[in-house]
Amino acid sequence: MKNLKQSILISLWFIFLTFPLMVIRVNTVEQEVEWRWINMAFIGVGAFICSYIWRYLMARKEKGGNEEESKTSWHQTLTMDKRYAIPAAALILTLAIIFPNIVSEYRINTMISALIYVVLGLGLNIVVGLAGLLDLGYVAFYAVGAYSYALLNHHFGLSFWACLPLGALLGAFFGILLGIPVLRLRGDYLAIVTLGFGEIIRLILENWNEFSFGPSGIANISNPTFFGQEISRSSGILFIYYLMIALVIFTIFVVNRLQNSRLGRSWVALREDEIACQAMGIDRMKTKLAAFALGATWAGMVGVIFAAKTSFINPASFTFLESAIILSIVVLGGMGSILGVILAAFVLILLPEELRAFSEYRMLIFGASMVLMMVFRPQGIIANVRRSYEYHGLDGAEEAK
Amino acid sequence: MEYFFELFLGGLTRGSIYALIALGYTMVYGIIELINFAHGEIYMIGAFTALIVASLLTMAGMDGMAVLALSMVVAIIYAGAYGLTIEKIAYKPLRQAPRLSPLISAIGMSIFLQNYVLLAQTSDFLPFPSLVPEFSFMEPYEHIFSSSELMIVVVTAVSMLVLTYLIKFTKMGKAMRASAQDRTMAMLAGINVNRIISTTFIIGSTLAAVGGVLIASHIGQINFYIGFIAGIKAFTAAVLGGIGSIPGAVLGSLVLGWTESFATGYVSSDYEDVFAFTLLVLILIFRPAGILGKTKTQKV
Repeated sequence: MKNLKQSILISLWFIFLTFPLMVIRVNTVEQEVEWRWINMAFIGVGAFICSYIWRYLMARKEKGGNEEESKTSWHQTLTMDKRYAIPAAALILTLAIIFPNIVSEYRINTMISALIYVVLGLGLNIVVGLAGLLDLGYVAFYAVGAYSYALLNHHFGLSFWACLPLGALLGAFFGILLGIPVLRLRGDYLAIVTLGFGEIIRLILENWNEFSFGPSGIANISNPTFFGQEISRSSGILFIYYLMIALVIFTIFVVNRLQNSRLGRSWVALREDEIACQAMGIDRMKTKLAAFALGATWAGMVGVIFAAKTSFINPASFTFLESAIILSIVVLGGMGSILGVILAAFVLILLPEELRAFSEYRMLIFGASMVLMMVFRPQGIIANVRRSYEYHGLDGAEEAK
Repeated sequence: MEYFFELFLGGLTRGSIYALIALGYTMVYGIIELINFAHGEIYMIGAFTALIVASLLTMAGMDGMAVLALSMVVAIIYAGAYGLTIEKIAYKPLRQAPRLSPLISAIGMSIFLQNYVLLAQTSDFLPFPSLVPEFSFMEPYEHIFSSSELMIVVVTAVSMLVLTYLIKFTKMGKAMRASAQDRTMAMLAGINVNRIISTTFIIGSTLAAVGGVLIASHIGQINFYIGFIAGIKAFTAAVLGGIGSIPGAVLGSLVLGWTESFATGYVSSDYEDVFAFTLLVLILIFRPAGILGKTKTQKV
């Protein structure tokens, strides 16, 4: 009874809150008012239902979901146990290889963008998930990669294969360039400076016409070549698709190795406690710079591929919104978790393509799910499994988990 | 010389608006150490609410100061309500969480609110009626300093005074300062900290709404995206002055306003936002505590 009363009050509150924006729409030019009373009913019912869900989730959270976490979950078995991991990987790889033969070119294109976001997510995952440095201007490095290919190709006719490592290097260089001044900053200041940095890069690209051709962008960027052989546009798509698959595998491999390396573990230590970490003799500066540089490397590399894929780029592709999408991929997937980030990238990029009707609600849902995720499941869809050791009895059987 | 004065006054107007928004950032940061990313969105929602109310009133045949006053009041009420609700949903459950969590939640909230307004209203720029009447005594100066600019500066100054009084001399202000200094201790002293935090959010939001209405009426158009840039710049201003410090926020805002105004006037208007962000980056590198902020040594 108390719950019911509370929910009714909540729904009345939300009706009041959303009344001017949801119900009234004025047309100031023609002096007309549009009243959309039906929205009021939607909000009321929606808020009523949501308040029940909220309460249920809150209660569940307070009871503590720790018990289920301690058990070995399905994804852990899948990734850790060789008996399952190898067949699963083989199955996914086979599917990935035959995928372009069974779907249309449009589908391949969306798949390529999803794969691009997978790599971007994994790259940002190094910075945000592992090292705990909230980078809101990640898209700047992506832009650096894309523009380095476009400009080098336009002015000097450099090929795709020459630009791929160059883009990665330039990305890393810019990562260090951003990293040096912000080393001393704490989490939230860092967020705002990286955001400012991302905006500066975009604004420069937009306004410096002689350098970047301004808002109109750069068109006719060459296709990649295959061992010096020109490829036609349609088989170029296929080629880029396989290239992305290779890059994703490479990224997963590298990030996985990094995670368990000395560097990776110092990132995690840095994320958990900076002061304690320094006391343990970890060089904070080197570790942070490495995170920025390595994260940016992937963005630079993918930027080159993005430019080759679309053959046209302009500053509008590199707004804060992109950074926010990449960040939400990392957050929703689970910070630090490779499998989670990959899944989240597919869900967030492919789902709106499939559900065209909802595509305008995409960002609304992104935003809401970021909030809800933080409140109810801060560890993401698939939590990152930290290496832990359990002690079993006195006979000394220490088992890695 | 006249050009200089024009830029100076333009900077003062800009700075005043930034100050109104920056105060919300600084007050919230002072108490719960969170960058309320959604604060710029409150400013935008305030402007939208005022636009709707003002249009309805104008169509009903009202005009002059009454429209301004009424739409301002409604905008303030709604901004306060939004501030309160946002705090309850996105930040309160995360009081004990690691620092990164509320920040990400705030970014999510900001994206959500932007798109909520985009979907509920429109993605186009809406013309905003000029609500501030032309004062006759301002006529000789109209070419360098308009009536609405005067209004902005005066309202900001008055709001500052009221806020200073509120924080320095009332019991609630005392409780706020106590909570900002030490939340646990304040709780032990019998202060309802949760209520103080909510009040802070409401006060900050109302100031942002005042800023939103005034600047929208001055510039003459709004869309769902105005809150983002304004919010970032106001945050820059708050950091510039030393976040957590109220006089610092005002000072930082004025410095930022003048920097932008003079830089666009004398250097180039294409890079307006670049100047603001560069200033932010420079300040954070060389004086992370801001102009009036104190450097705190971190104890373990």
